[in-house]
Amino acid sequence: MPQDSPLESAYAPARVGLFVTCLVDAMRPSVGFAAVKLLEDAGCAVEVPRAQTCCGQPAYNSGDRADSQALARQTIEAFEGFDYVVAPSGSCAAMIREHYPALLAEDPAWSARAQHVAARTYELTSFLTDVRGVSALAARFEGTVTYHDGCSGLRELGVREQPRQLLASVRGLTLNEMRDSDVCCGFGGTFCVKFSDISNTMVSDKIDGIAKSGARTLLAGDLGCLLNMAGKLKRTGVPVEARHVAEVLAEMTDDPAIGEAAKD
Amino acid sequence: MRSIAHSFKDNAKAALADPQLRRALDNIKTGFITKRAAAAARLPEFEALRDAARDIKNHTLDHLDLYLERYAENVQAGGGHVHWCATAEDARAAVLEICRRAGAKTVTKGKSMISEEIALNDYLEANGITPVETDLGEYIIQLRHEPPSHIIAPAVHLTKDAIEADFRKAHPQFPKDRPLSEPRHLVDEARQVLRSRFLAADVGITGANFLIAETGSSVIVTNEGNGDLTQVIPKVHIVVASLEKVIPNLYDLSTILRVLARSATGQEFTTYTTVSSGPKRPEDPDGPEEYHVILLDNGRSRMLGGEFREVLRCIRCGACMNHCPVYHAIGGHAYGWVYPGPIGAVLTPGLLGVEEAGALPNASTFCGRCESVCPMRIPLPKLMRHWREREFERHLTPAPVRYGLAAWAFLARRPALYHWLLGLEMRVLGALGRRKGRFAWLPFAGGWTRHRDFPAPQGRTFQSLWAERKTGGAP
Repeated sequence: MPQDSPLESAYAPARVGLFVTCLVDAMRPSVGFAAVKLLEDAGCAVEVPRAQTCCGQPAYNSGDRADSQALARQTIEAFEGFDYVVAPSGSCAAMIREHYPALLAEDPAWSARAQHVAARTYELTSFLTDVRGVSALAARFEGTVTYHDGCSGLRELGVREQPRQLLASVRGLTLNEMRDSDVCCGFGGTFCVKFSDISNTMVSDKIDGIAKSGARTLLAGDLGCLLNMAGKLKRTGVPVEARHVAEVLAEMTDDPAIGEAAKD
Repeated sequence: MRSIAHSFKDNAKAALADPQLRRALDNIKTGFITKRAAAAARLPEFEALRDAARDIKNHTLDHLDLYLERYAENVQAGGGHVHWCATAEDARAAVLEICRRAGAKTVTKGKSMISEEIALNDYLEANGITPVETDLGEYIIQLRHEPPSHIIAPAVHLTKDAIEADFRKAHPQFPKDRPLSEPRHLVDEARQVLRSRFLAADVGITGANFLIAETGSSVIVTNEGNGDLTQVIPKVHIVVASLEKVIPNLYDLSTILRVLARSATGQEFTTYTTVSSGPKRPEDPDGPEEYHVILLDNGRSRMLGGEFREVLRCIRCGACMNHCPVYHAIGGHAYGWVYPGPIGAVLTPGLLGVEEAGALPNASTFCGRCESVCPMRIPLPKLMRHWREREFERHLTPAPVRYGLAAWAFLARRPALYHWLLGLEMRVLGALGRRKGRFAWLPFAGGWTRHRDFPAPQGRTFQSLWAERKTGGAP
C-alpha cells in the first residue's frame, strides 16, 4: 500500500474485496490490475476471493432463479467479511447491490446477509469518489476520449459524474461527449446474441455517435458494453480504440486496446 | 385484434429491413424525448408528482372493487348505463347491441386503445356498421387497414410522404393538383372530410383516460378536439374503458394530469381535457341522449392479485416506448399486438399469455430507461424479468438456452473447476486471437459474430495472474 497517498490521513484504511467480474477475469485481466492499483492508491487493502465466479446475471436475466440464488449465496459468502466490495462494472455491482436483497428476500437464512453485502458494494469509480473521497488522480493520458454510460451503473447506481470527475483530473486528456451517451449500446448480456439483429441496430447507432464525437478512444466502466462496441468498431473499421475507464485512470494503457492486435 | 406477437423475431427482422420505417422512427427518437425532458425540468415538483400519482393508483388498486362499484352507482345515478364485460367478446357484443338498438349506420370514434384491444372496428364492419376514426393518426391507419404502432401516436411509423399518397388515393373528391406536402394541408383535408362524418354519425364511441368514481365521469385528453365532437354530437355516446382506469376523485385526476401530458408529449396539458358525466340533462343545451360505459376486464383482474399488479398503474402516456432503444430500432408493429414497447412487453403476456407473447419481455436489454421516465414509476424491467421467470419455470425457454445456461451454472457454482477450465480456455483463445486481436468468426458465436468481431482475450485469467502475484511471481 503506498504510504504517500494524500488520502491516508483523512480516510481510514479499508479492506476491499475485489469482485473482478467474470468478463474481466476471462477477457481482460489488465482491467482488474488497474482496479487494484486505483484501490491501493486510495488507501485500500485489496483482496481477491478465489471463491468468486460470476454475479449470476446470465441466470437471473434468463428467469433462472434457482441458479441465480445459488450464485448470489456463493458471492455473499465469499465477500461478507470485507469492509467493502468493489467491482469494475456498474452492471455487476448493481446486481449485488440492488438485486441480491430482492432475490434472497424470502430466504430467512440469507436475507440479512444479502443486505449486509449489498450495502457495502460499489462500482469502482463511484467508490473512489463517493466513499474514498478521491477527487483527482496522478494519471496522464494524451488524447481525446468519449465516455459511454453503462445502463445499470447509470440508472441503478447513479454513476454519471463520478467517472467524469476522475477523468477531468487526468493530465493530457480531453473528454468529448458523444450524443446520447446514456442510451444502451445493445449489449444486454444474452440479448445481443438472442436478438442479434436488433442489437446490431442499437450498436450501429452507438458507434455512429462515438465516431461523430471526434474522440480517438472510447471509455466505459463495463467490459460487456465495451466488448460489444469494440467488436462493432472493429467490424466497421471505425478508427476508435476502446478501453475500460480504469485503465486510463490507473495509467495502465500499455496493453493493446480491446480487440487490437498484440504489439510484437 | 389478432396477435402476431408469437412471431416477434420475424416481425422485428422485417421492420429492421424497412427503410421507410427507419426514417419515420428517426423522428421520434429526438422529439418526444427532448420535449418531455424540458417539460419535467420546468416543473420543480415533477418527481414528487410522480410519487403522488403512483400512490393514487396504488391506493385505487388496493380498493378497486369499492371504487368500481361507486363509479358504476354514480354513472347510473346520472342516467347512464354500465356494461360489465369480462371478455373482449362480451364488450363487442354489448357495443353492437347498443348500436343496433339505436339503428346506427355509422359510428364516429375517438382514439381508444381498448377499442383496438377488442378489435371493434372489424366487428362493427362485419355487422354492417361503418366505424369512422376521427383522431388524425387513427384516421390515417384506418385508411391503410393497419393497427396503431404507438399508443399515443398511432401513425408514427409513417412519413409525411406516405400519408400524402394515402390521402390522394382515399380522397378522389378533391382536385388532383392540390398541395398536400405540408402537415397543415393534411390536417385541413382530414378535417374537411371528417366534418360531415361527425354530423352524420348515429353513435359516438370514445375511450377514457380516467374514470372518476366520485362523480361517475369519464375523462379524455386529446389535442384535436375530435373526441369532443365524437361524444357530444351523436344521440348515443359509448365509452369503452378497462377497469383499471378508475381513480377516486377529481383531485386525484388533477394530480395525475400534471404528469400525463408532460410525460407523453412534453405539453403542460393537452389541448382538450374533457369530462363527460352522463346523458344530456333537461337543462343542458346539447349532449347525447344515451350514455353507456363498456367496462372491460379482459384478464386484468387476474393480474391484480399477482406480481404484475403494478402494470395496472399505467396511464398510457407512451413515455416508455418513446425512450426505448428497442422500440426505436423496430417500431411498434413488430410487437405484434395492441400495446408495443416496454408496456406491451409486460401487458401483452398478461392479457394473451406468455406462450403467445413470451418473446416480448425477452427483447429487452434491461437498460431501465423506460422505468426512469415512467410517470407512474412502474418497474418495467423487473416485471419483464418476472415473465422470463414464468417462462423458465414452465420450460418454455428454448432448449439450447436452457442447456447452455445449465452447463454454465454448473461450472459457475464450482469456483475451483471454473477457474481451472476458464484458465485453459482463455489461454487457447488468447493464443489464437493474439495476432489479430479479434475473431471475425467463432464456433457457436454466430449471434455475436454475424454483426461484430469478437475481441480476443488477453490470454491469462485475472485469477491465475493474481495467484502468481501473491506467490511472488510477476503478474
